[in-house]
Amino acid sequence: MPVTEEFSPKIVAFCCNWCSYAGADLAGSSRLSYPAEVKIIRVPCSCRVNPMFLLRAFQKGADGVILCGCHPGDCHYSTGNYYARRRMTLLFSMLSYLGIEKERTRVEWVSAAEGARFAGVMNDFVKTVRALGPCRRLEDVRCRE
Amino acid sequence: MQRIREILSGWLREGQADRVLGWKKGELPGMREPAFFHTEKELEELVYDRFCGPNLSKFLIAAGEKPGVTAVLVKPCDSYSLNELIRENRVRREQVRILGVPCKGNVDPRALEGKGVLAVREEEEQLMLSTLYGEEILPLSQVLLERCRVCRGKKHAVYDELLDPGQEEGPAGADRFAEVARLENMTEEERYAFWQGEFSRCIRCNACRNACPACNCRVCVFDGPAFDSSQKANAVPFEESMFHIVRAFHVAGRCTDCGECSRVCPQRIPLHLLNRKFIRDIDTLYGPYQAGEKDTGRSPLTDFTTGDCEPGAWEGA
Repeated sequence: MPVTEEFSPKIVAFCCNWCSYAGADLAGSSRLSYPAEVKIIRVPCSCRVNPMFLLRAFQKGADGVILCGCHPGDCHYSTGNYYARRRMTLLFSMLSYLGIEKERTRVEWVSAAEGARFAGVMNDFVKTVRALGPCRRLEDVRCRE
Repeated sequence: MQRIREILSGWLREGQADRVLGWKKGELPGMREPAFFHTEKELEELVYDRFCGPNLSKFLIAAGEKPGVTAVLVKPCDSYSLNELIRENRVRREQVRILGVPCKGNVDPRALEGKGVLAVREEEEQLMLSTLYGEEILPLSQVLLERCRVCRGKKHAVYDELLDPGQEEGPAGADRFAEVARLENMTEEERYAFWQGEFSRCIRCNACRNACPACNCRVCVFDGPAFDSSQKANAVPFEESMFHIVRAFHVAGRCTDCGECSRVCPQRIPLHLLNRKFIRDIDTLYGPYQAGEKDTGRSPLTDFTTGDCEPGAWEGA
């Protein structure tokens, strides 16, 4: 009997220190489960995320990248996520323009009180990316394991 | 031509400018290169014709390091680049003296490639070529640069003196977003195939970066050991995608669509289509914006409104 291993996507989640990272923490302490494929990188603010971070993540083998920050209006630094929102809108549009599946990138606003939402978002995102399969259009084959 | 020289000589003589930035003849027929002129005698070499494609604005950043005022010739689309540099405080307005010259569209020097051209002259909307193989006549409308076929208009964004104020109301060209719209209507697979085909020709000469007036960081992200781009050969397609996405993104909101990137690309990659995609998205999402139109204010990416659309919610591309 052939053994087929289910595809396990690599997901990078950039989470802002003040809301989403605390949201992830709450998801954990509330015993909510979200897939282990999600690797969280903590950033001071969602607007700290340079478009190159996302591209780098894809280069190193990520199959999906998600950026989480405080809800618009709730940024710890007042306006950071508004800038991030414009940047990511344009970047995602450009990735799609170049033919890279737009479902592989996402922005979600998760507050520190939304542990359940964090788990729900991650479950949904991993499901979407798993259905897409491995990212081949924006990977660096030299980094393949 | 004579009037341009007279005005510039006057500026040099009266001390209104210490040097002139313009074009002179290049090595090959139909080639023009940017040049500085310091004396009235040197100004005799100055040329301005349909071949003067290079946008001179970026040279003013380096010229600003020297004392004194630099006089510069700008075509209408160059004036937007220059005004954008003034807005970003990369060029100081009082250090430049701007002569706005009219433009009827630049000739693409590539239209002359492979023809064995010995000499070329312009006569009533036609190019008269004498080549190794005889005489040839080309209608000018067929050999214009892409950016001139979709010309945005003949108005100067900034100037001290205009050579021909009557030219300001010149006609605009075709719709510059037509090609972007065509790509947007393709499927994801088709777009991917299209861009991989284009990017795979990239030889990483960095000409697009070096020629772009908006691309003017003192230290470029691509010039470090952290990036694989210090090696010229592209090992994997990822590097090209990365380079071109980041190059276009770094000028998003500041790109005036002057078309220099595509003009200088030795591999003829349609780089302007990346920049125009950003311009089109910005126009659609954040309101019409023309970089370089004003010398004050914020560019769309350094600004926001609380009601901006969400990155995932928009079905733009």
